[in-house]
Amino acid sequence: MYLSIDGIQKSFIGENKQPVTVLDNINIEIDKGSFVSIVGPSGCGKSTLLYIIAGLEKADQGSIRISGKVVKNPGPDRVVVFQEAGLFPWLTVLENVTYGLLIKKIPKKKAEAKAIDILKMVHLSNYINSYPHQLSGGMKQRVSIARALVMEPDILLMDEPFSALDEQTRMVLHKELMDIWKKTKVTIFFVTHNIREAVLLSETVIVFATRPGKIKEVIVVPTTGDGITTDSVTLHTEQRILAILEEEIEKVLKEEMGDDYSFKTNHLHRNDSGDLGSHI
Amino acid sequence: MIAAIWEVTSRFSGLPEFMFPRLTQVLETLFNGIVHGQITAAIGKSMSRLLIGFSIAIILGLIMGYLIWRFKFVEDTLGFLVTALQSIPSIVWFPLAIVWFGLNDFSILFIVTIGATWTMTISATSGFRNVPTLYQRVAKTFGSTGLHFIRTVILPASVPQLLSGLRIAWAFSWRALMAGELLGSGGGLGQLLETGRSLGQMDLVVSVMIIIAVIGTIMDNVVFVRLERSVQRKWGLV
Repeated sequence: MYLSIDGIQKSFIGENKQPVTVLDNINIEIDKGSFVSIVGPSGCGKSTLLYIIAGLEKADQGSIRISGKVVKNPGPDRVVVFQEAGLFPWLTVLENVTYGLLIKKIPKKKAEAKAIDILKMVHLSNYINSYPHQLSGGMKQRVSIARALVMEPDILLMDEPFSALDEQTRMVLHKELMDIWKKTKVTIFFVTHNIREAVLLSETVIVFATRPGKIKEVIVVPTTGDGITTDSVTLHTEQRILAILEEEIEKVLKEEMGDDYSFKTNHLHRNDSGDLGSHI
Repeated sequence: MIAAIWEVTSRFSGLPEFMFPRLTQVLETLFNGIVHGQITAAIGKSMSRLLIGFSIAIILGLIMGYLIWRFKFVEDTLGFLVTALQSIPSIVWFPLAIVWFGLNDFSILFIVTIGATWTMTISATSGFRNVPTLYQRVAKTFGSTGLHFIRTVILPASVPQLLSGLRIAWAFSWRALMAGELLGSGGGLGQLLETGRSLGQMDLVVSVMIIIAVIGTIMDNVVFVRLERSVQRKWGLV
């Protein structure tokens, strides 16, 4: 296996000084070049898992291995695309994208040429000398994806990268991400709370249970031979995941709103939680 | 308008010239002082002291700010001390400085430095502390560590706060410099004020005051405001 997540255990100190387990014995094996999504209710520790893979946080127990090598610190082989673009406002778009390359000691000229190539791929070659504040939210996120891709990482870790964007921009970026993935065959580990997004993009969807966060179910998204998922299959998979998650969502809501609240009987999601795919 | 009132009142006030000089006389002294080099030399002397003291203060402030930000035990010890020290006007250090270094250039340099250091330390600490975690995480995933991390992320990300710290630090050390020169020795604008007083040359005193005001205004309104604006424009904060 390429990326192995082995018995990861993680807890935080909660409000009343009690340790709260966020991740409980997580084991995942991921093939090279695959696209794996993690969905789950908020607070289920999915982002924490991503940070542990990135090396930004330490697990209490267990290990992350890439091709057999144990991960300890952050490194340019596993680049993260965060929820917010996180571009450095004091650098231009081009300087932002070359930032990591220059750390890798790639000559400036070569780094810039590479950066411009990647920026073309995300359709931003007209903005290379702009500063981040001059870009829209979608453009910023594109730069941040370009900045990650230019490193030619083995694994691209994406932490709800599109959740702060509007629907149109998100759709465009979904398509661009798919193109990029097919072109570069980078391994993508994608964290989201949007079930539809997970089903549309990835080959495998891992559904997380909450408190403590653990794997509830692993769903392989069925694709036809050419790699395209038909709408009916997508819908079906979405509903399956939603059914699995319902129980988890109820758990979270009960904790937040009190025990008498029931998500299932109230059917709130029929009306207003389009994010969960129920409006189709 | 002010100039006219000044000129007229000083002519008819009946006060002797050494107490309330005429504007024209002040301008004449100012002009002569600049041309003959008396005032220019003093400006040069003061500015060179300020530059040295201020630079040392910036470096010290950044280093201490970094240590306080980085290590918890330094924050608990030095961090507390700095807040206390900051409330001491720097001229208060002068008697000690005279005992330690003698009544010389070094004493003045010492209080100029000490006047700016604490403020700089405090604004550096808060500047570093307010660097968004996101930027730090981004830099780390790209493999930035150690000095490179400080130089390319922590420092630039705290520039807006550092700039306002610089501005206050400058104001403190400028005041400290004048006070120090007035009491100390070895030339400079403050010393020139003292000379003017002892010779009964109020026109010289007023000339020096004008120079002090002009330099202060230039530094504040031209240098710092411009710097702040250019950062704001680049970052899109306006």
